[in-house]
Amino acid sequence: MIAAQRAQDLIEFETDVLIIGGGMAAAWAAISAARAGADVVLGDKGFVGTSGVTATGGPNHWWVPPDPALRAEAIERRWQASFGLAERDWMARILDSTWRTLPKLAPYYPFASDGQGRPYYSGVRGPEYMRALRHCARDAGVRILDHHPALELLVHPDGSLAGASGYARLLRRPWVARAGAVVLATGGCAFRSGLIGSHNNTGDGHLMAVEAGAELSGMEFSTAYSLSPVWNSTRTLPYPAARFFDAAGAELEIPPPMSGHGHQDALARAMLAGRVYADLGDAPSVLKKMLRRIQPASPTPFERRGIAIFEDRFEVKLFAEATVRGTGGLRIVDEDCQTTVRGLFAAGDAATRELVAGATSGGGAQNSAWALTSGLLAGAGAAAHVKRSGRRADGIAHAAGTVALRPTASVERADDPAAIATVQAHTLPYDKVLWRRKDSLDASRLDLDALWRHLAAHRHAEGLDQVGARETAALVATARWCATAALAREESRGMHVRIDAPEVSPAGARRLLVGGLEHLWTRFDASADDGVVSVRTPAQPAQSAA
Amino acid sequence: MIAHIFDDLCTGCSACVAACPTHVLDAAPDGRPVIARLDQCQTCFMCELYCEADALYVAPDQRVAEAPDAATIRTSGHLGRLRRDYGWSGESDGTPPLAEFWHLGPLLREGAEIAARRYATRSTPPMASADTPGAHPKR
Repeated sequence: MIAAQRAQDLIEFETDVLIIGGGMAAAWAAISAARAGADVVLGDKGFVGTSGVTATGGPNHWWVPPDPALRAEAIERRWQASFGLAERDWMARILDSTWRTLPKLAPYYPFASDGQGRPYYSGVRGPEYMRALRHCARDAGVRILDHHPALELLVHPDGSLAGASGYARLLRRPWVARAGAVVLATGGCAFRSGLIGSHNNTGDGHLMAVEAGAELSGMEFSTAYSLSPVWNSTRTLPYPAARFFDAAGAELEIPPPMSGHGHQDALARAMLAGRVYADLGDAPSVLKKMLRRIQPASPTPFERRGIAIFEDRFEVKLFAEATVRGTGGLRIVDEDCQTTVRGLFAAGDAATRELVAGATSGGGAQNSAWALTSGLLAGAGAAAHVKRSGRRADGIAHAAGTVALRPTASVERADDPAAIATVQAHTLPYDKVLWRRKDSLDASRLDLDALWRHLAAHRHAEGLDQVGARETAALVATARWCATAALAREESRGMHVRIDAPEVSPAGARRLLVGGLEHLWTRFDASADDGVVSVRTPAQPAQSAA
Repeated sequence: MIAHIFDDLCTGCSACVAACPTHVLDAAPDGRPVIARLDQCQTCFMCELYCEADALYVAPDQRVAEAPDAATIRTSGHLGRLRRDYGWSGESDGTPPLAEFWHLGPLLREGAEIAARRYATRSTPPMASADTPGAHPKR
């Protein structure tokens, strides 16, 4: 294509705040920034309403009335489970903002009764929730751009954020946006495990942010799985009471879900040994009657396969949730959810959730409260940043993207499915993830580093191919950061289990930072109680652990 | 994965093309959806929820493409069922669609408690036996 045509095709715009992502954190960030008076564009890879793991789910939010004793008790209980990595102030913040914010969605979401005549606010159904957030954002003046995946960030010479560029995939046109601040709410990364709603969650925001100079934290806390039929990842409501059987029909001794690691570990061991079948006959009788009314999409795949969900046995597996339910993500350094890059904010699963959950997953309720609150804070913080620093749309900015956009050697034909298969060979197998050890992590690093070097040198994409190529690059990058962090944390803590270092080390109650592209580095943060760290402009990386 | 688009039902509104979060569909010049990237389908059923004509059918296996018989689907009762169950079709049995949603948390807890009680009261692990009734899982 000649340059003139290319220039004509380009969609160019400027705004105060650009939100990248399309799930609940992104939508709340957009609403919050718009209500703070900013001009806001919300650009998602998919469709704001169906994108992400919330849209297909039914998020319950951490919900504790504003009674000081109740709140303190709830926070203390969760803090004890965080292995020393969460902060009570952050937990108080998300409890408070969730309690005050959700009821205000009433004009857009049909809150029904809690069974006792009061409105039920804390739990919302995914499709209706995301539809409500879309409409609420639109009414707040947010400009929504569906199917506008971002490919890379733009950075000012002083290292602060200047915007982003991407590719409008339905229009088949590139776009470039100048913005005074950018919020990344691109979700976690589930390594294309098939986990429901997670296909778009490939770590794009992690990659773009690190290219712009940001850091990650807690990437070793990336080992969550959820149970579903092997042929379809559903929500997990039907399964807590399940009994499990092997292929010969013998019942398996599986500790109950409440036993923490024991349940998942026993299931994983059984699945490594052979096929595992679930029997939902023991499910609560009310659930059998009401599943369809609560979660219509859960019985659907069973019916279409001719399986009676509560009567027939069916084969199950564990779908990796990695950093979607794991807690790792972009490092947050202030109460505006700013990253270490000035003008770049992160929210939801794209940001580290260690601040409220530490080394254990907060479960759906705490995670949703985090997504909501971090979205609100990041949006408002981004708007305030633009008020202070201006939009700065005229100055020079450079594009920070690397792999697939700017190859460093001769271009070679790409095989993205093969690259993704390599990533998955190191990120999905139960034994490599649930029971980590140095030799296996070293081997993963070798493989993944070689893959990264190859892609960095030879992968080049144009047009729509850029979207998939960057997803592949982000999957490889995220897998490397997870493995590198898992290697550097030479102890077991929460969901991160090293069978070659099974004890919780007293010195390990610190966050582990990781970053870098070609050369990865890790560094233990100061202790969680040392408070807020200053926002730096990019460059820096300290010790290399790679 | 998405398995069938009923041409006679489709109105060419392209709502499914926009709503699909993973860009599985392209719009033909008349607005009708064309399955262009089936490998990106995550079997999330969102296209069905957003299709006001109930012209789409998503098959249940997310791993492989399926080609179910169109006439069978048409008479199966599955077309549009999900949208009606969600209460997005405008039809109503008088109950608000989300009236029972508050049961979600208590039911998750109750399920887990059932499993915990069963585990605690089991005195000895069940013996492996090939002739356990109902041992053979259905396909």
